[in-house]
Amino acid sequence: MGSKTLDLCAGVFVFAGIVALFMLAFKVGNLSSFSLSSDNYVLYANFENIGGLKVRAPVKSAGVVVGRIAEIRFDNKEYVARVTLSLDNRYQFPKDTFASVLTSGLLGEQYVGLDAGGDSEFLQAGETIKKTQSAVVLEKLIGQFLFNQAEGDKK
Amino acid sequence: MNSVVKAIPDGLQALGSWAVNSVWRLGLVSRFLWVTLIHSGTSFRRFGLITREIYFVGVYSLIIIIVSGLFVGFVLGLQGYNTLQKYASEQALGLLVALSLVRELGPVVTALLFAGRAGTAITAEIGLMKATEQLSAMEMMAVDPIARVVAPRFWAGVISMPLLAAIFSIVGVFGGYIVGVVLIGVDEGAFWAQMQAGVDVFDDVLNGVVKSLVFGVTVTLIALFEGYDCNPTAEGVSRATTRTVVISSLAVLALDFVLTSFMLGGW
Repeated sequence: MGSKTLDLCAGVFVFAGIVALFMLAFKVGNLSSFSLSSDNYVLYANFENIGGLKVRAPVKSAGVVVGRIAEIRFDNKEYVARVTLSLDNRYQFPKDTFASVLTSGLLGEQYVGLDAGGDSEFLQAGETIKKTQSAVVLEKLIGQFLFNQAEGDKK
Repeated sequence: MNSVVKAIPDGLQALGSWAVNSVWRLGLVSRFLWVTLIHSGTSFRRFGLITREIYFVGVYSLIIIIVSGLFVGFVLGLQGYNTLQKYASEQALGLLVALSLVRELGPVVTALLFAGRAGTAITAEIGLMKATEQLSAMEMMAVDPIARVVAPRFWAGVISMPLLAAIFSIVGVFGGYIVGVVLIGVDEGAFWAQMQAGVDVFDDVLNGVVKSLVFGVTVTLIALFEGYDCNPTAEGVSRATTRTVVISSLAVLALDFVLTSFMLGGW
């Protein structure tokens, strides 16, 4: 075999391998869902309990991914979880937007859902979302249910 | 009685010499790697040498990698469906197939096949070159055999391994798709959506690439060293080839455990 054909075959192989790597990143992995542009803005939200929320989890509004969780810290003054949301610049939310920690499906990953309010003013970068709802903790729910049952029995 | 008394010091002596010999060979391998790295500059200036070896190491391994990847994907699709269906979560099949391939099976199985397909070829070729005194002839002509023979093969192996592992994973995902979606009838949208939601580019894909790079260095280095170090006889070459497969398989599996514990530990 001539050295030209040989080089060509090796080139085709390397090309196929690199295509496979890119497919792994984009088709199999979640690289395409990262916003590549840096035009994001940051909002904060304090939750009493974030459950199993993780950094880089999606922020959704009406089911559409509008941003990602950038950072989760514990606020040692107010004893709440302070979550940093990095949102796409294209999306603006009213001042009375409601943020809640939700679960996709019964056992799926947790994400932050934003329900837009009716205020005419928009949240500016760096502001904190006032109205939040914590994650549902199954043990607390069961505890509450049992408590209510017991209350009902007394009557 | 007498033979037992004699066997104890003999056994101890054998154990000691085995231990000393292993450490000695480890040092030799390290020095071999160092010399190869130092002489790599020449082979990068003459990139045609590396391309040639990529052809022999990578392109020739493509068939076995693609076929094995396809069947591993088929089996993952079947087994995964069988288990997930018990928990009524067969939509997660895509995630299961992709994660097992990208994180573990892709790099590890590719490395094992690579050791069997390309590693043995490298060892036998260099061993025969040594047995027929081609390496000495090169030295006579003031051509450094490390720079001319060893370094291009080393870099070809290091370049080929991650590419082969990526091809293996992609073909495997495709195999899982054929069995899961086309044959069994798992929802196609859920298959891809769960996969994309669950596979992280850095935690999973990049770590898989790092693994396959490390395995590429390990397997190629062992194959080259065993060939370069073998006894220049027919028996010596055959022994070196066997050792290449055994040692590189063990090294890959052991390294896989170490790397996985690092990666899951969150570095």
